Amino acid sequence: MKEKIRIASGQGFWGDLIEAPYNQVTKGNVDYLVMDYLAEVTMSILQKQKNKNPKLGYARDLPELMQRILPVCIEKKIKVITNGGGVNAEACAEAILQVAKSLSIKDLKVAVVLGDNIKDNIDSVISSGCELNNMETGESILKVKDKILSANVYFGAMPIVQSLTQGADIVITGRTTDTGLTLAPMIYEFGWKETDYNLLSAGTIAGHILECGGQASGGNFLGDWKSIPNLEEIGFPIAEASPDGEIIITKHESLGGRVSFETIAEQLVYEIGDPKKYITPDCVADFTSVQLNEIAPNRVKVFGITGAEPTEFYKVSCSYSDGYSASGSLTYSWPEALTKARAADKILRSRLQKLNLEFDEIHTDLIGYDACHGPLAVQIEEDKINEVMLRVSVRGKDFNSIERFGKEIAPLILTGPPGVTGFAGGRPKPSEVVAYWPALIPKKLVKPEVKIFSLKDIL
Amino acid sequence: MKIKLIEIAHGRSGDKGDAANIGIIAYDNKGYEIINKYLNAGKVKEHFKGICLGEVERYELPNIRALNFILHNTLGGGGTVSLKHDAQGKTLAAALLRMEFEI
Repeated sequence: MKEKIRIASGQGFWGDLIEAPYNQVTKGNVDYLVMDYLAEVTMSILQKQKNKNPKLGYARDLPELMQRILPVCIEKKIKVITNGGGVNAEACAEAILQVAKSLSIKDLKVAVVLGDNIKDNIDSVISSGCELNNMETGESILKVKDKILSANVYFGAMPIVQSLTQGADIVITGRTTDTGLTLAPMIYEFGWKETDYNLLSAGTIAGHILECGGQASGGNFLGDWKSIPNLEEIGFPIAEASPDGEIIITKHESLGGRVSFETIAEQLVYEIGDPKKYITPDCVADFTSVQLNEIAPNRVKVFGITGAEPTEFYKVSCSYSDGYSASGSLTYSWPEALTKARAADKILRSRLQKLNLEFDEIHTDLIGYDACHGPLAVQIEEDKINEVMLRVSVRGKDFNSIERFGKEIAPLILTGPPGVTGFAGGRPKPSEVVAYWPALIPKKLVKPEVKIFSLKDIL
Repeated sequence: MKIKLIEIAHGRSGDKGDAANIGIIAYDNKGYEIINKYLNAGKVKEHFKGICLGEVERYELPNIRALNFILHNTLGGGGTVSLKHDAQGKTLAAALLRMEFEI
């Protein structure tokens, strides 16, 4: 058994810093590179891409990235684990194997984790007695069933562990918990058992710290952010894990950013609910048990973690089509920028009303004035306001109403208050609103499946 | 004595559906004693009047000198449904740090 493994975070979301995973594998030693690509909205986008082309439906950045890092990963024996497979992990694996072939790599095992996508068996799930009621509102799924765009179960670390056990160099999953990506190599390397709840919770909390990339190493830091060095070349976090569940969070020395009590604490509280019950498919981790100790610059020991057994359920995330929205903006300058923006908003709303358009909601933001903090924003004297961006957004079920809204923004330039600019990019276009339906499904109704592909499987 | 929250704490916020989560972390133990004593759910709910339209839940993490607040019905529907400029509540931690209170 290894005494220590180093797991590097490479992406916090699809669209994150492209240089980060490259830096993680080249600027120092790591054993694993883990990358989270899937925000909730991503699954529905990928499902639409796959509907149009059965070869798509995964994070297309991934094969491009592998082109750059695969030779390094093979040389340094770094395994890659990612949920970038989206709704088509097999096609993603094939694209990566094609990359390997083009690089004249001789031997590569790519595992895919399947079984999370239940979009096509929702009826059989419901008929087996699982109602898929909305976890937050309790409503019945029958209300939105015909509008569902994607439905995916969140798997935990275990299917990835199974992939590693079968010798995978790269593991591509669909919907997997962000934390499972980091926990899996610890279970695999250290032989942790499914009932070692404290250890699994330690790995899960390490995963929570790594899952948003640079947000744990000085990015988006609300403390003394100006003191964070070299954000332009920020080093993403690395978890050094030990068999006893002690984790040290660090980063490559030559890169920027900071790993400290404060930067880790901010990430620990990010998007959590009840800190004593952080529920994953692998365990229920207790965030109130975490101890942090700065043992050296940019090295924080994370220890003392406890947890409990997981629930009988997986979380399911469904997305469904819920109408359309559009957003348009114009900028008003001094003098009386605020008064002008408000007047333009009033004129616009009155014109929309006279057109008898159907909206579920019209929302106005005065950007530069109070768009972020609303009633908490400090009142500024009108004469001291240099400019205000008026942003008006609408949402509704009727496409034509949303489209017509888009045609009412530009006319304000010549038919509204003066001192206006900033209309660019054409008329705002309606975009589909994708809403979420979180639900629970008994674990026994879903079975993760692991498939291994190698170079001989591709043409 | 009047305390400005931003002088004794930092934090981070994000979204969980239509609820926002705000974690507030004190810079030292004395700061944690203060926020734990004075920063209750009712005060946070009052502070976010007009923004938070639902209940406020409060949790303690004394191990990292932090409090976690869940503000229900706050993000205009959440996700891609919300029309708000800050649909994910990313700036709400800073909005809470605007708070001043007597101790």
